[in-house]
Amino acid sequence: MSAESSAAEIVLDHVTKRYGESPRPAINDLSITIPAGEICVLIGPSGGGKTTAMKMINRLISITDGDITIDGTSVRSLEVTELRRGIGYVIQQIGLFPHMSVEANIGTVPRLLGWDKQRIRDRAHELLELVGLDPAEHAKRFPSQLSGGQRQRVGLARAMAADPPLMLMDEPFGAIDPITRERLQNDFLRLHREVRKTVVFVTHDIDEAIKMGDRICLLREGGILAQYDTPEAILAEPADEFVADFVGADRGLKRLALRRVGDVELAPVPSGDGALECPERTTLRDALSLMLTEGSDGVVVRGEDGQAKGYLTIAAVSRLL
Amino acid sequence: MNAVVFAQGGPVIPNFGRGDECIRNNGNFCLHWFLDNFGDRFWPRMVEHIELTAIALVIGFLISFAAALAAYRYARLELPFANVSALFYTIPSIALFQILVPITGIGWTTIELALVSYTLLILFRNTLTGLKEVPDEAKEAAEGMGLTRRQSLLRVELPLAVPAIIAGVRVATVTTISLATIAAFITPLGLGAPIFSAIQTGANTEFVAASLLSIALALIADVAIVFAQRMLTPWVRARSRAT
Repeated sequence: MSAESSAAEIVLDHVTKRYGESPRPAINDLSITIPAGEICVLIGPSGGGKTTAMKMINRLISITDGDITIDGTSVRSLEVTELRRGIGYVIQQIGLFPHMSVEANIGTVPRLLGWDKQRIRDRAHELLELVGLDPAEHAKRFPSQLSGGQRQRVGLARAMAADPPLMLMDEPFGAIDPITRERLQNDFLRLHREVRKTVVFVTHDIDEAIKMGDRICLLREGGILAQYDTPEAILAEPADEFVADFVGADRGLKRLALRRVGDVELAPVPSGDGALECPERTTLRDALSLMLTEGSDGVVVRGEDGQAKGYLTIAAVSRLL
Repeated sequence: MNAVVFAQGGPVIPNFGRGDECIRNNGNFCLHWFLDNFGDRFWPRMVEHIELTAIALVIGFLISFAAALAAYRYARLELPFANVSALFYTIPSIALFQILVPITGIGWTTIELALVSYTLLILFRNTLTGLKEVPDEAKEAAEGMGLTRRQSLLRVELPLAVPAIIAGVRVATVTTISLATIAAFITPLGLGAPIFSAIQTGANTEFVAASLLSIALALIADVAIVFAQRMLTPWVRARSRAT
């Protein structure tokens, strides 16, 4: 299925949104380019216009000034329903149709596009497997017979049904309990590695933004772009005080959470027994936490094969920041 | 005297059976007499009754449905429509028949006009409420996925309003079946006809039988509608099973 997948480059070109005669725009001259296949997280305080920016892409909100293009085609040049059928759309409240089975829900856009029944059915089953639900068990159920996490998985499958090159996700995991959310985030990242679609992801949770985003677009009040960069760069070099405040005083720790001990340069393993150990997939943040908790200055990093790969010290971690 | 009548008319007069004595004493309910007379006296009235009700429901539904769709689309229409339908509902039914007679005469038109006007309030309200209670997120998802307004209405909003619409149809049906007996106040149509005639003649069995038939019609219609709703809206039951 990844073979047929496509991704589109999204360009917001001097986009402004003004409501009525209001002098203060909701989005103020926003220009960003989202490379094809990347996850771009829109984040900011309420009033920052993150959802507004997203909804202008599928024209649920009209653009006052400027333009948005998908692979070079202006969103304004298409029939609005045609535009939307080509964009996957996931919302926090999920919005599954309660009167339709899971299978029928997933088939919504394919039916609009005139696919034949068998193809829609096959596609629905394929997608259910992709999002981790057993088609035999779930395809015929109604949404009310699913848990919250299962519903959002179906919402995701529905958004991907016609294999759109772009997906818009408006706080998709916002209403889900923390444990399920974490699992959905991980599953979505795994899924995204398989089907590299361009994703615009709105959240108000900076930790989610850092985890999910290839890039983060941080908007401040009035819809002004504060910073648009990779999570690493935003944490390492916040553009100004607003960004530094927004990402939090623990931005150093958050940065450490982005890297794994196996990916940094390690010192030779010192001789002697009883040293602290951790697997190479551990994040630097967790390794640091382990050292502090155990009162040790360093930790031996073990590779997947069980061999000691090297030695990491607190001093070495702090030099990385 | 009775014996004479019997002797003279023996072959042509139907067999009164044991109902004979019961009916002569004007018993409360003479089953044999009822069974013997069902085909001639009651069945045609029952068919008329069903026709009166069905025509009123179909016309009332079409008007209310169109009005509810219009009020759903243009909110400013809601209040006038609701007020007009409520006004009809407040007019005493016998008075309404009386008012209509000089205009539309003695017959089906008058009866249907009155019956229809009493269905409007419940059918309009339930249809509109059903549409308004469609979850916002379902509508947003429909719009965001590229359904046109019309597709959203036909595929999402109306199907989700069906339980409320059917609930309205159910109440309207039962009410109309009951109300249609009053039609006989104008002209002898439907099960009201034997009831009115029995009130005048004091024939207990006729009175009880016609009333029971009207009640039975209402109950059967009610059960049939509940059954239809279960067939049409399987997701509603799925929800109650899930919780």
